[in-house]
Amino acid sequence: MTEMTEKKPAKIVLRDLQDKIAQDAWDAKQRGEKVGWCASNFPQEITTAMGIPVVYPENMGAAVGAKGGGQRMCEYAEGMGYSNDLCSYSRINFAYTDLKHCEELEIPFPDFLLCCNNICNCMIKWYENLALELDIPLLLIDIPHLDAKTCDEDRVAYIRAQFDDCIRQLEEITGKKMDYDRLQEVMSISQRSSQAWLRAVGYMSAEPSPFSGFDIFNNMAVACVGRGTVEAAEAFEQLADEYEALVKEGQSTFKGEEKYRILFEGIACWSNLKFTYKTLQSRGINLTASVYGPAFSFLYSNLDELMAAYSYVPNSMCFESELKLRVDDAIRNKVDGAVFHMNRSCKHWSGNLYEMERQFREQTGVPTIVFDGDQSDPRCFSEAQYETRVDALTEIMEERKKEAAK
Amino acid sequence: MNEVKQMLAELEAVCADPKKQLSDALTQGKKCIGVLPYFCPEELAYAAGMQPFGLWGAEMQVNDSKRYYPAFICSLLHTVLEMGLKGMLNDLSGIMVPICCDSLKGFGANWQYGVGTVPVIDVAWAQNRRLDAGTEFTRAQFRKVLGQLEEIAGHSISDADITAAISVYNKNRAALRDFSAAAARHPEAVSPSARCAAIKAGYFMDRAKHTEALQTLTTKLNALPEASWDGLRVVTTGILADSPALLQILEDNHIAIADDQIAQESVFFRVDTPVTDDPVLGMAKRFETIEGCSVLFDPGKQRGNELVELAKAAHADGILWVMTKFCDPEEYDYVPVKRKIDAAGIPLLTVEVDQQMVNYEQARSAVEAFAEMLRA
Repeated sequence: MTEMTEKKPAKIVLRDLQDKIAQDAWDAKQRGEKVGWCASNFPQEITTAMGIPVVYPENMGAAVGAKGGGQRMCEYAEGMGYSNDLCSYSRINFAYTDLKHCEELEIPFPDFLLCCNNICNCMIKWYENLALELDIPLLLIDIPHLDAKTCDEDRVAYIRAQFDDCIRQLEEITGKKMDYDRLQEVMSISQRSSQAWLRAVGYMSAEPSPFSGFDIFNNMAVACVGRGTVEAAEAFEQLADEYEALVKEGQSTFKGEEKYRILFEGIACWSNLKFTYKTLQSRGINLTASVYGPAFSFLYSNLDELMAAYSYVPNSMCFESELKLRVDDAIRNKVDGAVFHMNRSCKHWSGNLYEMERQFREQTGVPTIVFDGDQSDPRCFSEAQYETRVDALTEIMEERKKEAAK
Repeated sequence: MNEVKQMLAELEAVCADPKKQLSDALTQGKKCIGVLPYFCPEELAYAAGMQPFGLWGAEMQVNDSKRYYPAFICSLLHTVLEMGLKGMLNDLSGIMVPICCDSLKGFGANWQYGVGTVPVIDVAWAQNRRLDAGTEFTRAQFRKVLGQLEEIAGHSISDADITAAISVYNKNRAALRDFSAAAARHPEAVSPSARCAAIKAGYFMDRAKHTEALQTLTTKLNALPEASWDGLRVVTTGILADSPALLQILEDNHIAIADDQIAQESVFFRVDTPVTDDPVLGMAKRFETIEGCSVLFDPGKQRGNELVELAKAAHADGILWVMTKFCDPEEYDYVPVKRKIDAAGIPLLTVEVDQQMVNYEQARSAVEAFAEMLRA
């Protein structure tokens, strides 16, 4: 046996690493260290460099949804007075904050909150409520939505000032000092992780893709929470190497023949993940393009570029950049169609989805469908609607394949 | 009293036909700039000699906008987009679009690709509004807006022009505060509908003319003999409370508005723009002091504290939360702010409103029950 086959597969390494990061936060809490709750696209370089443990309520919302607790927790939050119009991740988190218990997954309670609105402004409102409820400090890094293709100097200066102010406040809260040499090191490691993650997901352009695209939804958690660690960088490098090897062998972890390749737009329907996956997989449809690739990759070479990089996350960019990201991804990864998730939880992502779908279809020439769903509230998802629309997409893709073969 | 009625009727007529105000401004040779909520630097358009034109939605059914926005976006944005798509706002020379809520972030592109003919002026301001860097960012962004407005106006806009415009707006805010106080003293003369219209008319009129009208109206109101009021008094909160049907229900139930914390109303005029050497810096610094709006970063939910204080100061019988349907900043605020209201022992009624609603009977029942409870 080769050394490669004796190693744990990367997906297991990543899963173990995710568990370890979660356990580290529990252990830190047990030792009496200050632990934070953190927005998923908050500049993790700060906390990683300072050795401050943080956990991510959004990841908890996804995991609780995937494990079947989404509806129960959302309904509990609605009983607290929260509208069912609100983000289901936040409703799950409000329920957990009040109940102090969740059978699907628990995270240590925070001593401070780190908020960043580069994914959505509802993060601000959500964290304001938590800060009041838990009576703990709230630190916000406000990253204004880009109205142009590039992040200008004014934005960089504003984000940088908040970055510095956040470090100062965290030093006061936790008693830990920022070591700026360590920050540079974490920035380098984060680059290594981001590049490895991008290399891994980049192999989706191979035909067949070396993996089932839904694996991105599982692997991205570490890209979100641990990309500043050497362990994550090594795990993503291993993942990329494994995919590379599969490409060379013409193999794939996708079950069955990859007849069609699609772009999947939007957050996964965690509560209906199996159904959404199986419906596609059973028709030979593999997900080979998704903005989740670049979503948790931040490429920069200095602190100013780091500030700008956090403006270039999907959802923070202007429409034209958002569209280009998807069109380029679709063309590079040779998709035959696209599935757009109208996510009831996410007004920001959904607010341009129809126009995005139209322009995407015009620019790529591939057929598209839109379905209604939610990231963690299963009440907003209809199996029948999803299946019918996937059937329609499959028919068109099949027809086009036949025509192309003539 | 008749003069007061006449003046209020004139302002109500402005709100009933904003398009006429737009046409009048265009006839005078003015360019008009659409202004979406919230906190856009409309003083800059005024400084350019253009007429800012408030876009707070309309009571109408939407159809075309559903090709751009899903159904779960607020009717304010749906109806503004619908008006744009139907060509009803083609006379505007630009439209200011802020990015302070997630639904607004999608508006610019929907407008650009759906309407096309009226350019979008993106407006960003800092949520970390009490950091110096936040104020500086907002100042820089407003300067960019200024540049776009200069292009549209076809001429430069001096700091002196901006200072003069700020003065017009500060005088208008002062006149609005005086009017609001006078209206609270004379609920027998100023109905909830009339109060709303007198305030809202400013979004469609020349602000200086609106100020003149309000000052005259307030003088007349202050000259009225003190009247007894045996009805109820509430403080309203929310994004907008301009639904004619809901305001009529309040009137039918003998409920006066003693004060408000409505984005379209007092949140606009409670705080003046400070006078600074760089007038745009003063506009940015204004953000440091605004309270009571759910789209602003508000750690500690000072909104709730302010609301309780407003209700106490106004000797209100209760608080009416006019909840804009599908407005997530409001829906997030609701739970913690309600908790503060409850802790203060102030009765609260929440009525969900949508500009596409045609049947208000549920709201009527809720208001009637609330009024009965308060009178008990």
